[in-house]
Amino acid sequence: MTPSILALIVLGLALIGFFVGRQRALLLSSRERVKLHSLPGYYGQALALFITVPALVLLGSWLFIQPALIENHVSAMIPDTAIPQGGAKSLVMADVRRISVGVERLVEQGFVTEGELADMRADFTNVRSRLAEVGVALGSDVEPAVFQAAKSYRSIGNTWSVFRTFAVLITALGFAIWAYLQIKPRMRARNTSETFIKTLLMGSSLVAILTTVGIVGSLLFESIHFFQLYPAKDFFFSATWNPQFRGGSDLGFLPLLWGTFYVSFIALTLAVPIGLMIAIYLAEYAGNSLRNFAKPAIEILAGIPTIVYGLFALITVGPFLRDWVAQPLGLGTSSSSVMTAGLVMGIMLIPFVSSLSDDIINAVPQSLRDGSYGLGATQSETIRLVILPAALPGIVGAFLLAASRAIGETMIVVMGAGAAARLDLNPFEAMTTVTVKIVSQLTGDTEFASPETLVAFALGLTLFVFTLALNVLALYIVRKYREQYE
Amino acid sequence: MTNATTRLPTPAGVPKSGSLLVRGRRTQKRHAAEFRFRMMGLAAVVFGITALFGLLAAILSNGLSSFQQTSVVVDVFLDPAKLDKGGKRDLEELQKVTTFAYAPLIQNGLTKVMEDHGIVVDGLSDKKAAELLSKEAPAQLRRYVLANPAKIGETVSFSLLANGRIDGYYKGRVSMESAALDRNVSPEQLMLADKLKEAGVLTTSFNVAFFTAPDASDTRPEAAGLGVAIIGSLYMMIIVLCLALPLGVAASIYLEEFAPQNKWTDLIEVNISNLAAVPSIVFGILGLAIFINYAGLPQSAPVVGGLVLTLMTLPTIIIATRAALKSVPPSIRDAALGIGASKMQSIFHHVLPLAAPGILTGTIIGLAQALGETAPLLLIGMVAFVREFPAAPPEGFFDPAAALPVQVYNWTQRGDPAFVERASGAIIVLLIFLIVMNGIAILLRRRFERRW
Repeated sequence: MTPSILALIVLGLALIGFFVGRQRALLLSSRERVKLHSLPGYYGQALALFITVPALVLLGSWLFIQPALIENHVSAMIPDTAIPQGGAKSLVMADVRRISVGVERLVEQGFVTEGELADMRADFTNVRSRLAEVGVALGSDVEPAVFQAAKSYRSIGNTWSVFRTFAVLITALGFAIWAYLQIKPRMRARNTSETFIKTLLMGSSLVAILTTVGIVGSLLFESIHFFQLYPAKDFFFSATWNPQFRGGSDLGFLPLLWGTFYVSFIALTLAVPIGLMIAIYLAEYAGNSLRNFAKPAIEILAGIPTIVYGLFALITVGPFLRDWVAQPLGLGTSSSSVMTAGLVMGIMLIPFVSSLSDDIINAVPQSLRDGSYGLGATQSETIRLVILPAALPGIVGAFLLAASRAIGETMIVVMGAGAAARLDLNPFEAMTTVTVKIVSQLTGDTEFASPETLVAFALGLTLFVFTLALNVLALYIVRKYREQYE
Repeated sequence: MTNATTRLPTPAGVPKSGSLLVRGRRTQKRHAAEFRFRMMGLAAVVFGITALFGLLAAILSNGLSSFQQTSVVVDVFLDPAKLDKGGKRDLEELQKVTTFAYAPLIQNGLTKVMEDHGIVVDGLSDKKAAELLSKEAPAQLRRYVLANPAKIGETVSFSLLANGRIDGYYKGRVSMESAALDRNVSPEQLMLADKLKEAGVLTTSFNVAFFTAPDASDTRPEAAGLGVAIIGSLYMMIIVLCLALPLGVAASIYLEEFAPQNKWTDLIEVNISNLAAVPSIVFGILGLAIFINYAGLPQSAPVVGGLVLTLMTLPTIIIATRAALKSVPPSIRDAALGIGASKMQSIFHHVLPLAAPGILTGTIIGLAQALGETAPLLLIGMVAFVREFPAAPPEGFFDPAAALPVQVYNWTQRGDPAFVERASGAIIVLLIFLIVMNGIAILLRRRFERRW
């Protein structure tokens, strides 16, 4: 039984439980002539909660733990001889998984019966062609040991699924019966179910922490894995990026870092002054009609998905810069370049900077402005000499947040900056960034064994650390500044 | 604002105590600086707005034409000798006939159309003339025959797609000069197309298939559509809505109403604000490592995309919900508590309904963000070439599918320029969805917003 149907059954049971619980409470109170402690609905609610929550928690954790346990068990079955020269066990395990999916389909579609399958051996049957019939393509012929492992992978998986179904249903029914017996008119049903709900609310707020733990955990785990295969010194200090899928690649991080910073630098040089000036103009100068038109228009820019900016870079800005700037100046012939990606990213960041600066400028107390005007300063002098210095920490915060956005931005650079890793000063050359390489190393069929794939996790970790540091710093600065005026 | 009180040395020639009505040189300078500053601000605003319109104009000018498609009406004789040699109309037999058998029938049909209208183009063989039609045309015919085997032996009128280059000719992408250099199309074919158009056989009409058809291979851009991508995006949005809304609201209620002021709560709050700023691609890595590699969920499946997008949307929804809860005045809570409601009742019966419009607005905006998100989906395999429509939910959540923004990316990576048009068209579709969603959010806010 698939987990989703199982979950639906549990929810159905809970619905029945609600009405049964409510009915029983009413019945008992009229029979025993005792007033109910809570409204009748709460008895039903408590019963429904006791049915669903433990069963679903069990189901969820089972689904989470099962793959790891089976994996451990099955990978012990694979002898070292079945692992090809230079390959890794995880590659073989990927094959095992794929074969077991194929075998499952063979049985499902009636090509093979369970009995035949038990006798089927890779030495005698051409497993590869049988699996190809059901659309599972394998790279090479199947080793007997691997096929045995795949069969036991499948059978263990199926057995465990049966266990899972029973365990979940028994939990649901067991709690149902227990909670049903608890129902008495004197039971404090409201308090019980409210405590229960409060625990659930607290649990949901933990999802945020779990996500962070998941991100950090998976990045760290696979990065450590990577650094075992590839020396950290070469990764951080080599200036060559040249992945080879046959092995022996150079995975130097410096060209990617340079590309990332170059693109972000151009983007910020465009976005920060313009964004700031927009915020100043709209806050201090613009009349109502202009503000009512310009503010939403610039906010629309903020809501446009980055893929749209990417396409804009690819089909408009890139060819324009190539034909009108780079080629006449003899600077390059590539339509994807650092400049293309930087300019488009700058446009993307303008609304981000301007809305942040807007909040900050509005937070500067009016008394500062009045004081400055009173001393005879013009409006622009007030802005430059009073408001901006007062707002400086906030603006620095906005700048840092924009920088963290720029570093983490993916689609614009994937479509606008190019894929060639190079250390160059010419902004009209194609260069590449950390995010582009994460995408290119992880797109398509990925096996988690080669350093060429795992390097993406190390890149991801670096990216995560960079952006996190920038964000924490920015929030710290902004918070500290806000305390001054409040 | 005047220099009447300044005691600074004034340049020679200007009287020391100038008239208040005449601006001194220093004042003029300051006013000029003021004017420059102001103009810089205005220029920045104009730049921002120009950028917006430039962006929209570039996308629209490239993409609007994808809503039109050129097709040719051809009467095709479904020859039993070619399609059903056994003559039994047996479906299994019919399925063995490949599209190669259908191509000559179309060629004959087109030749007949040309004869009927007296169209002759010098130096154009019948085979070359038939290449005017899409490579998808035989497949279209085959699908029709398999669906209606009884029609074999009759002459049926079909509206067949024209080749992408012919389509591009009527959209200004291909010209006689470029056709002469192009391996895939010749000027003679374009002349034939013009004559067919005069005869009213070749027409350009609204492209319904763009919204319903699945993706097509590299050589037939004219047949590529967004059907699978729209369904995939829809499935993901359903998952995001079903997971992120309850989780986000529950987490916000806890943090806003119940959480004690301690380190633990601080940790959760810092966590949420940091998650909101984590680059989206990192969520893709998370999805790949945990949902696909560890938990073994299938690649390219909407369920994985939905889960990843849920985690990304959660901070947005939590932040919006907390703001909405905060804006409900404490007097409402006090009144509820005062007449004997429990804390939980006061929240679920009074505060939450009052905060609902704000929560919904935040949720829709979060969904709109999730709909446009591309980078994480690339990593979990949504770039795969998917032609089959996923099944109905819930099984369909585990079938391979595409997503709207990823489809755009996918099309930009292909060689044929017709795909750029399709990609821009897909962007327009995406933007329309986003505008509708944001419009609903704004309407909700206007309609239900309450000031206390």
